[in-house]
Amino acid sequence: MQRRTSRLALVGAGVFALALTACAPGANAGGGSESEPSAEANPWFDQAQFDLENERRGAQFEGDPAKPYLQYLAGDMVAAADYALDRPGKVCFANASLSNTWRQTGWITMNQQLQVLQEQGVVQQMETRDAQDSDDTQVADIDYFVNEGDCDGFIISPYSPDATTAAVERACETGKPVIVFDRAVSTDCVTSFVHSIGGMAWGIDVGEFIADQLEPGDKVVALRTAAGVDVFESRWAASQKIFDDAGIEYVDYLTGADPAEIKKAVTDEIAKGEIDAVWVDLGDQSVPAIEAFEDAGVDVPIVNGEDNMAYLRAWKERDLNGFGGVYSNFQWRTALLALTQLWQGQDIPKDWVVPQTPITSAELDAVLRVNDEMPDVHSTSFGGEDLPGFPDAWRDRIIP
Amino acid sequence: MSGTASETGGRGTRSAAIARLRGGLGSTAGVYLVLLGVIAVAAVVVAAAGRNLFTPGNLTVLMTSIAVLGFVAIGQTLVILVGSLDLSVAYLVSLSSVLAAGTMAGASGGTVPGIVTALVATVVIGALTGCLVAYLRLSGFIASLGVGLLVAGYLASYYRGTTGKASPELAAFGSASVGPLPVPTLLMLVCLVLAVILVGRTRMGMHLLAVGGDAHVARMSGVRAGTPVVVAHALSGLCAGIAGVVIVARLGVGSPTVGEQGGYDLLSIAAVVLGGASLAGGRGSLWGTLGGILIFAVVDSAMGILQVNPFLKEVVRGVVIIAAVALYARRAAPLVRRRFTDAAGPAPAEASAAAAARPTASVTEGAER
Amino acid sequence: MTGTVAEPAVTRYDPSRPPLARRLAAGLATPGGIVWVLLVALLVAVVAYNPQLAAPDQFLRLIARMAPVAIVAVGQYFVLVSGEFDLSMGAVIGVQVVLAGTLIGDDPSRILPVVLLMVAVAVVVGLVNGLVTTLLRVPGFITTLGTMLILSGLTFYATGGSAGQNPAEEFRVLGRSGLQLPIIGYLPWAVVVLVVVVVIASWLVRRPFGRLLLLSGDNPRVAHLAGSSVWWLQTRAYLLSALAATVAAILLVGYAGVHPSVGSGYEFTAITACVIGGVVLGGGRGWLLSAVAGALVLESLFTLLNFVGVAATWRPTVQGAIILVAMAVTVLTTFRRRRPPVREVPPRSEPGAGEGAPAPASQQPRGT
Repeated sequence: MQRRTSRLALVGAGVFALALTACAPGANAGGGSESEPSAEANPWFDQAQFDLENERRGAQFEGDPAKPYLQYLAGDMVAAADYALDRPGKVCFANASLSNTWRQTGWITMNQQLQVLQEQGVVQQMETRDAQDSDDTQVADIDYFVNEGDCDGFIISPYSPDATTAAVERACETGKPVIVFDRAVSTDCVTSFVHSIGGMAWGIDVGEFIADQLEPGDKVVALRTAAGVDVFESRWAASQKIFDDAGIEYVDYLTGADPAEIKKAVTDEIAKGEIDAVWVDLGDQSVPAIEAFEDAGVDVPIVNGEDNMAYLRAWKERDLNGFGGVYSNFQWRTALLALTQLWQGQDIPKDWVVPQTPITSAELDAVLRVNDEMPDVHSTSFGGEDLPGFPDAWRDRIIP
Repeated sequence: MSGTASETGGRGTRSAAIARLRGGLGSTAGVYLVLLGVIAVAAVVVAAAGRNLFTPGNLTVLMTSIAVLGFVAIGQTLVILVGSLDLSVAYLVSLSSVLAAGTMAGASGGTVPGIVTALVATVVIGALTGCLVAYLRLSGFIASLGVGLLVAGYLASYYRGTTGKASPELAAFGSASVGPLPVPTLLMLVCLVLAVILVGRTRMGMHLLAVGGDAHVARMSGVRAGTPVVVAHALSGLCAGIAGVVIVARLGVGSPTVGEQGGYDLLSIAAVVLGGASLAGGRGSLWGTLGGILIFAVVDSAMGILQVNPFLKEVVRGVVIIAAVALYARRAAPLVRRRFTDAAGPAPAEASAAAAARPTASVTEGAER
Repeated sequence: MTGTVAEPAVTRYDPSRPPLARRLAAGLATPGGIVWVLLVALLVAVVAYNPQLAAPDQFLRLIARMAPVAIVAVGQYFVLVSGEFDLSMGAVIGVQVVLAGTLIGDDPSRILPVVLLMVAVAVVVGLVNGLVTTLLRVPGFITTLGTMLILSGLTFYATGGSAGQNPAEEFRVLGRSGLQLPIIGYLPWAVVVLVVVVVIASWLVRRPFGRLLLLSGDNPRVAHLAGSSVWWLQTRAYLLSALAATVAAILLVGYAGVHPSVGSGYEFTAITACVIGGVVLGGGRGWLLSAVAGALVLESLFTLLNFVGVAATWRPTVQGAIILVAMAVTVLTTFRRRRPPVREVPPRSEPGAGEGAPAPASQQPRGT
């Protein structure tokens, strides 16, 4: 009995060892380089999209520059006549999540805008379901609204583009206006898609800032938040393309948002050799990366960030060589306004592109002055300066 | 239909199975009592907010939402019955979804190959985990954690974002419904009944319970202890695989992270325990698990209607899990004793002596304390 | 390694105390011993890839960043040997990190009260985990799964799931900086904290509490007969794990800063570390120091992967493989060693390395 057991165990161990060796070649193939060898091999790279967003970076926007959240690029318009409403309407909002600072800031702005619209008698109420970063939950949320929501219009901020498409199409079939913002969906049934220029434009802005200051052969460490989320993947794909063209070396890490993981990755890279720039796709990651250099007693190289106050303050205090990529936060407000403008009989763009302007060292002081009271987690492109709740709602940052 | 065939199959085993089924229903009644309580509270709270929990649309959404977790929890129940755990299910759900959608690639001809590929892969992986537990004597917790992580690395390294496409047939299956019941949920219920039959009416089912009750005693009484464990894990892999296919049907694509997003590993274990099962194995019922899933679904549904902050939902879930299981534990002691006096069970003295001497590496709970 | 497996047979025939080298070799052939061989091999490999890390200060910095995981593993060790799980440790870290960030802010004078509050929170969590598990007889797996959901939900509710304000630098000293010393150059506080935690934990393991805890994990009935109340033993184990998570949180706030995702997954990492160190799930067996070594193995493995240039996406696979291999080794060697009915391994023969070495229940001292 005993011998039998141990023989079985040995056989099991042998099988397992075989399984492991079978895995090994795959491991080598996948792990030799940190990720795709080049942007061209990256499934998220799309040359046409790259060119389009690159062109839009310099485009002229329609509308009042003092209200960037209402600016748009000239193009097809949606006729409001089909959607006009003669009573206060009910908004149904299927949100992907509130799991990062950018989304929270936008959510606060959206709620402040909602209060104004409610006081104006345009919106009766907004019902929100939060999918907590789960496609399956979001599909259920949208279906709930379709079946049960009694909605006069939908606002959807999808988690991942393809997975929510079928549900969004069901929302479209109700005939009510469907506004999608931030991440895209793979269907053109939506009434309007609100977004700032895009992740590729973000990636081009940041990539060019870094590439312009480096020589061929210099090394960039890229810290990426999430695989498979289009707004993040497209940022990296575009920057990767620019680094490829400039002959810059890079390694990329998928660190998530955990600062301890970020710091470990950067520390290991510092130990491996000189780093000329750190590229991040989420502003939360910049400060841990900066601290890794400080703790190692090494000069901080170029580290980009976003428009979050923690990074902007660190940039100012440490006098860094910095750059804030911006993915305009005020689109949360635009999405709500897009729906209500239709109800009020105003035409809106079918593809509503709002401007996105990165923060350079020239604008840093001005941006910091305006947002002086704001917490570290605030996004400066929140676009709510003219709302009645300013500045308290963003300063106190009570998540509705 | 099956009456004549099974009636000749031996009255003894059958009456024992029925007795066990009754015993199961006895503890299951507690689960459904809790479920009723949860429904009552939820209905009152929702009504107080001026809404209705029982609208047809809401019930449809509720029924849809239990399908995926339901499949995973059926498999998890079987694994827990044999005294093991399956922490790899979340990754298997993801794996199945990307394999199914990837193989199908949106073509009608791909439906069957896609589903078969996905299910074969998850069954084989489940069986592998089962072998590690049964023959290498790893604890189910560690074996399935390890295997799950192996799969997780593969998914993260080879898939970036959603992939593939459901065939039109599969998509139609995902959105079809019979009356108020969505077809995936109906299929889940059919699988549940099949699993109930497996556990309650077959030799294998008896062995599952015997091994879960006490592997040592089961071995002494002539049950090959390894086979039921491997079968349970393979079936758990199968159930996770079906769950992945259902997700493809719902989402239209495969996603390498969808299982983790759903948190199906810990949620399914929680659902099984909410259904009155003992983590030490040998005690639990599939109908109870269904009750556990419904408890979760009703709580979630009410909180969704009330627009509870998404993070507070987690808090409520945690409280519900602890409170419900604590409630069952108060009733559990007599039930445990009854298990040993069951027709199929060994004599009490022998069982407790074996339990005291048992050097297993599984979760110890209940009876010994 | 294969050569040393035969060693126990030799020790059996040695009438007097075997020489240290033999005893060490015998110890190394156990699962809790192999992990040390593995650790040394990995650290050598890490240093080989990066010779600068051979400098004492650089090496200590490397150890410093492994300290939080090792400390969490120490806490998890106590719960595991008592036969339960603590899945709430990562969530406790998250709560404590956010508490520190939110309440201390820029005001160093608040450090002391907030630390006291954090300890109080840990005590409450530990008590709840322990008492619900023992008195309400909810399996520890389920209790701590529930508290995990509750605590992480509350953390994310309070912060909305995103980074908060970093606390005053004075508070971050422990995790972020160290002592300038003459010979080794730089001694990170985190290493000091790790050593202190391990020393205290080792002391606890040798106390009657530790011995009875192991006994209760092996067989609650025997522990009960030995005159200990099992519920209070296990509750204390949960208290220790919550406190360990709090210490790790203080280090992590210092090292990395405030983010609610800090600590997520640490519970499974810590269980992995203990398993690699030969701790047996279900309780009753395992060496504390080997659990710590298991944590260091895991972290140095990840560091090595970074150096070699393996994509981070393969990490889970590596972690899974090492879990399975370690567990298989543990089971194989344990079966080999447990089968002979008579063993002459004295219960506490090695004051240096082998505290907590599981002894057959009959050889355990009775009572206190």
